[in-house]
Amino acid sequence: MQIWIAKQKALIDFTLSSLARRKLKNLGLLLVYTVIVFLLASVMLYTHALRHEAAQVLKNSPEVIVQRMVAGRHDLIPPRYLEKLGRIRGVQHNEGRLWGYFYDNVVSANYTLMAPSQESHGFGQVADGKIVIGAAVARERGLAPGNLISFRSYTGKLFVFTVAAVLPHEAELVSADLLLLSEADFRAFFDIPAGYYNDIALSVANPQEVRNIAGKISEALPDARIILREEVLRTYESIFNWREGIVLVLLSGSILAFAIFAWEKASGLSAEEKREIGILKAIGWETGDVLKMKFWEGALVSLAAFLLGYVAAYLHVFHFSAALFEPVLKGWSVLYPRFELVPVVDGFQIVTLFFFTVFPYTVATIVPIWRAAITDPDAVMRG
Amino acid sequence: MLFQPAIIALLLASAVSVLLLVAATPYAWQLVRRWDIASGSELQLRLERRTYLMSTLLSFVFATQLVALLLFVFKADKMAVMFVGAMCAVGTLNANAYGFPALLAQIAVFFMAAVWLVLNHADSRAYDYPLVRVKYRLLMGILPFVLLAFALQLMYFLNLKADIITSCCGSLFSSDAQTLVSDASALPPQQGLWLFYGALLTVIAVAVLHARKLRAAYVVAAASAAAFVAALTGILSFVSLYVYEHPHHHCPFCLLKPEYDYQGYWLYLPLFAATAAGLGVGAIQPFARVPSLAAIVPQMSRRLAWIAALGFALFAAVATFMVADSNLILLKD
Repeated sequence: MQIWIAKQKALIDFTLSSLARRKLKNLGLLLVYTVIVFLLASVMLYTHALRHEAAQVLKNSPEVIVQRMVAGRHDLIPPRYLEKLGRIRGVQHNEGRLWGYFYDNVVSANYTLMAPSQESHGFGQVADGKIVIGAAVARERGLAPGNLISFRSYTGKLFVFTVAAVLPHEAELVSADLLLLSEADFRAFFDIPAGYYNDIALSVANPQEVRNIAGKISEALPDARIILREEVLRTYESIFNWREGIVLVLLSGSILAFAIFAWEKASGLSAEEKREIGILKAIGWETGDVLKMKFWEGALVSLAAFLLGYVAAYLHVFHFSAALFEPVLKGWSVLYPRFELVPVVDGFQIVTLFFFTVFPYTVATIVPIWRAAITDPDAVMRG
Repeated sequence: MLFQPAIIALLLASAVSVLLLVAATPYAWQLVRRWDIASGSELQLRLERRTYLMSTLLSFVFATQLVALLLFVFKADKMAVMFVGAMCAVGTLNANAYGFPALLAQIAVFFMAAVWLVLNHADSRAYDYPLVRVKYRLLMGILPFVLLAFALQLMYFLNLKADIITSCCGSLFSSDAQTLVSDASALPPQQGLWLFYGALLTVIAVAVLHARKLRAAYVVAAASAAAFVAALTGILSFVSLYVYEHPHHHCPFCLLKPEYDYQGYWLYLPLFAATAAGLGVGAIQPFARVPSLAAIVPQMSRRLAWIAALGFALFAAVATFMVADSNLILLKD
């Protein structure tokens, strides 16, 4: 075993010095290789972080949301609906939610208005006449706690609120455009009569019961649209996977180009390299040894490119907000949340990335390497 | 569902492997027919050179297949969130008829690839390529399985529809269903325990005996295969119960999930490695009498037997630890 290790060490040593002798050529290969790894790794890290973020956000959302449909459109929930749902077994509790959208002419953006209930979201109750605003709203309108803000409601009346607090920056992904107000203010602002709600959120303790409960709800309330958390999660998962896949397919052209490039590099041996192999074989190296040397060469280049590319992608995604891919992968809006993604690195992803980069490189270089390795010493030295 | 990075990666790896193998087959055929180490003809010289390419290429392809199995299982597990009713790899593999056949084919390819790599290693260490013919015949035997695995994988991924309801591991591995796996699951823990530890102790003992005295090589291979089956049965019958601390959850895939700290990999990696090594012991034994391998085969099979013994021992230790560490009390005596 030790002899084997010593042999490999000597081979690596030789390979490194041989690589160093042809700096320019190998640096070029390394650069291209690194860029490829960087591009693919950026896409993967970014979508994975987004997916992770979505899953984190949805973890605390209710298991089931019930909306009422009228003529195929989302409508208000009338008072007796809540009682009907309360009797379904397996539902821990249900609450009517009040939320809506409001278009603000000043910043040309939509706000999400909400009247938080006691248990939801931990923001607590908001007193009448007060308002709690999201970080992006505060940024756009230049507001701070204590300031006054007025909105003209859809009924034409003017409402004035005092900013009680700005929501923390950490929660910006979900609360960038959020305005929280008291239930009474909310009802007055949108002119929603007492007892009516926008939708109903149900919590279900046992995840295996969710589908049964959904079935019961649709029987009890035939006009209801039932949205399950797992379905939302699944949709997000599909969308992000799909976007990631599409970008990777688009990038596959560059992988192919890279494989051709690697093939060319490996087969276009310079006269000097040929001579080197010829001399090695003349002094007693076997074809197998030359192959091993070339294998180490490929492994070292791949490893270096992989590490460099991956680290660069990590920095790009988590420190520079993935400036290159943001528009495709993230989507956009006027009040877009500013958020830093939580770094998530996944072993599975690294293996996948490995298949996308090192695998094509290796396939492309095997045959040229073999061609180089079987060179006859005399043919080279004579020529 | 094709546009997913891991699926693209898997299909890419499989497709390239198939292409390389198919491209190599005519050459392999030529090698089998025309190989004559005693000859000094130009053809023989060419063949000798070509065998370097072939063995490098095939080592690469088969090494890829080993990793692909891991990736396949991991991907199947990850996709569970995308199917209604699926909670782990079982649900996703059940999402259409090709899932489990694809997994089984991939496992079969895994072991065949491992055996081929062992033979190739032995061959490359001898000076006169004694196993060239065997190796390339074997290659032609493996090719259909690689093709099959690729075809099944392709069919599986092409036919994945996210809107179907699949059955979760609770219904497949329950003791009441009428299938082979449910028979294994229904095996009472006590018998499962005997079978499990009996088979593992046997294979460890035989492997150690072989490593010491170089006897009973075929028994090592047979015992490894048997221990593999017994180990999986044991996982179904009682190890999983202890891990989940639930008397009716027999799933062998949920073990791989993050909720259980990826414990399954500690079980499956040593198990697969040990089984492959054990099979390797049997695979090189027929060639122990070849003069140029006379010194190499014993050395290699010793090493493989040690790997098998240690792998199975590690597997047994991990499983025992899981059982001991659990709060579930299944057997009272």
